Amino acid sequence: MKEKTAIFSLFGDKKKRGRLISFALVIAAYIIVEVLLKSGNLSSLFTSLLVPITCYVVASIGLNLNVGISGELNLGQAGFMSVGAFCAVCVSGVLAGSITAGIPRLIIAIVCGAVLAGLFGFVIGIPVLKLQGDYLAIVTLAFGQIIKSIFMNTYIGFDSEGLHFSFVDSNFKLQPGGKMLLNGPMGATGTQKIANFTVGVVLVLIALLIVYNLMFSRSGRAIMAARDNRIAAESVGIPISRTKMLAFVVSASLAGAAGALYGLNYATLVPNKFDFNTSILILVYVVLGGLGNMTGTIISTVVLILLPELLRSLQDYRMLIYAVVLILIMLVTNNDMLRTKWKSLTSRKAKGGASNG
Amino acid sequence: MADHTDNNTKAPVLDVQELGIDFGGLTAVNDLNMQVYDGEIVGLIGPNGAGKTTVFNLLTKVYKPTRGKIFFDGKDTAGKSVVDINKAGIARTFQNIRLFGNLSVLDNVKTGFHNVTPYSPITAVLRLPKYYASEREIDEKARELLKIMELDQFADYTASNLPYGAQRRLEIARALATNPKLLLLDEPAAGMNPQETAELMDMIRFVRDHFKIAILLIEHDMKLVMGICERITVLNYGMMLAQGTPEEIQSNPEVIKAYLGD
Repeated sequence: MKEKTAIFSLFGDKKKRGRLISFALVIAAYIIVEVLLKSGNLSSLFTSLLVPITCYVVASIGLNLNVGISGELNLGQAGFMSVGAFCAVCVSGVLAGSITAGIPRLIIAIVCGAVLAGLFGFVIGIPVLKLQGDYLAIVTLAFGQIIKSIFMNTYIGFDSEGLHFSFVDSNFKLQPGGKMLLNGPMGATGTQKIANFTVGVVLVLIALLIVYNLMFSRSGRAIMAARDNRIAAESVGIPISRTKMLAFVVSASLAGAAGALYGLNYATLVPNKFDFNTSILILVYVVLGGLGNMTGTIISTVVLILLPELLRSLQDYRMLIYAVVLILIMLVTNNDMLRTKWKSLTSRKAKGGASNG
Repeated sequence: MADHTDNNTKAPVLDVQELGIDFGGLTAVNDLNMQVYDGEIVGLIGPNGAGKTTVFNLLTKVYKPTRGKIFFDGKDTAGKSVVDINKAGIARTFQNIRLFGNLSVLDNVKTGFHNVTPYSPITAVLRLPKYYASEREIDEKARELLKIMELDQFADYTASNLPYGAQRRLEIARALATNPKLLLLDEPAAGMNPQETAELMDMIRFVRDHFKIAILLIEHDMKLVMGICERITVLNYGMMLAQGTPEEIQSNPEVIKAYLGD
């Protein structure tokens, strides 16, 4: 009995339930979508949106770790996605000859994208996370713009002689049979589409697992402590910049993994796809879903990606309705009366358990 | 200087020598000498603006001293950071309460174990056996601290929702979690009613005896200071005015003058 309560109290049942809901939601959605797919009840539009949705969910979960849990505004999540995307495209292109099977190549490409994006995050984080305030927002904003410009001017080709790299167009000649992996402003062209929905869902589950396991641990407590009160956190021996760095790098890596999957889902991908608007869009998913609330982030990402598509029939009024819906969601989720009602509904079980024990 | 026959043979856990700090042209603390020995409860008192909290900020390296030296546990603390000083064994509470408002009461205490029971983020993400062992240990110790500070019934509350007195006690619990040798309490009884203050006095004594640590406290409540401090240092305008036992301080004409005016 004592052992049981000890294990139970490790997480507190409230947190545990939140985690279970997230995982259950993703798995249930996956099963439903797969059934619809197999029975042919899903329109081609929806089918084409499946992988992008999983990509954005992963990027949003990552961003929520940075913005919600760590409390640092990051306006360059799309920049980290693009690092992951173009890295993955190159890796996949190079390995196409040696690893013909799609899935192993996809996994390698995703891992490479995540690692490279994490590395970028680390380098950017070194000077910025020592400072207090909104510096991270400004620097990540600049990073997003810079990385876009860099990819607009990057030419990478691959042939029998290996990789060719240039910042100036046609600076190198490819051997016959070689191909351009990145082509400046045209981005990645002729990419083999090896991404698929199942891998996307697995990636979402892994992202959730990483973020939750981090949240409910020594590191997670330190990250939240540094957010809530910097001075007090230092006074109990928590190194602030290292702690914030952890959240930032994990967030960037998840964006990189998401970008990698995204990049390998399209035959062509232009650097302009990952501009400032995309960063803001991901931030909107996170804020509307609730800072620190992973389940909410997943739901808001899915809804806000599908909504403009569902409203396509309204033509010109589409974005107007979209904006109104955004405002309504904000009002409803910030309504204290509805919140307390929702809380009393969801926590009834917990209260009953507490009074018994 | 008061005479401490039983302490003369021991080295002090905290030894402050000619400590001073200037903010621009303002000298906030000057020429301060004080020692705290193992297992002692020492009071730091003085009128408003005397520089008491500044002394705490100097001891915990929030400010770098302009002059003088601080030896902790026999070692010079020059060049150490706030984090280093906590690892070395000085923990503190704050005059204006600084809790982690969005975390639960239990999690607030658990943050204190950051360097006491460490494990890597990789261990956490992969949920290796060490994670479960460490978390179980942290959980048990944190609950024990909550019990000592009589906060166990609030364990699952959000820290910012606690009553004022409980918030002050939670700060002490969190500081104790870092396993300090010296605990600095900045006005622990501020905002407490006489009954709560009396309970707090018992708690502070218990904490000293149970954890075998030294305590240095700033307090305006003279009943508390005179009741539990073995020695008292009085500051005025950043300078040491007097040092001695509660009886000596109470009868010191300089101190009375500083508090009541001419």
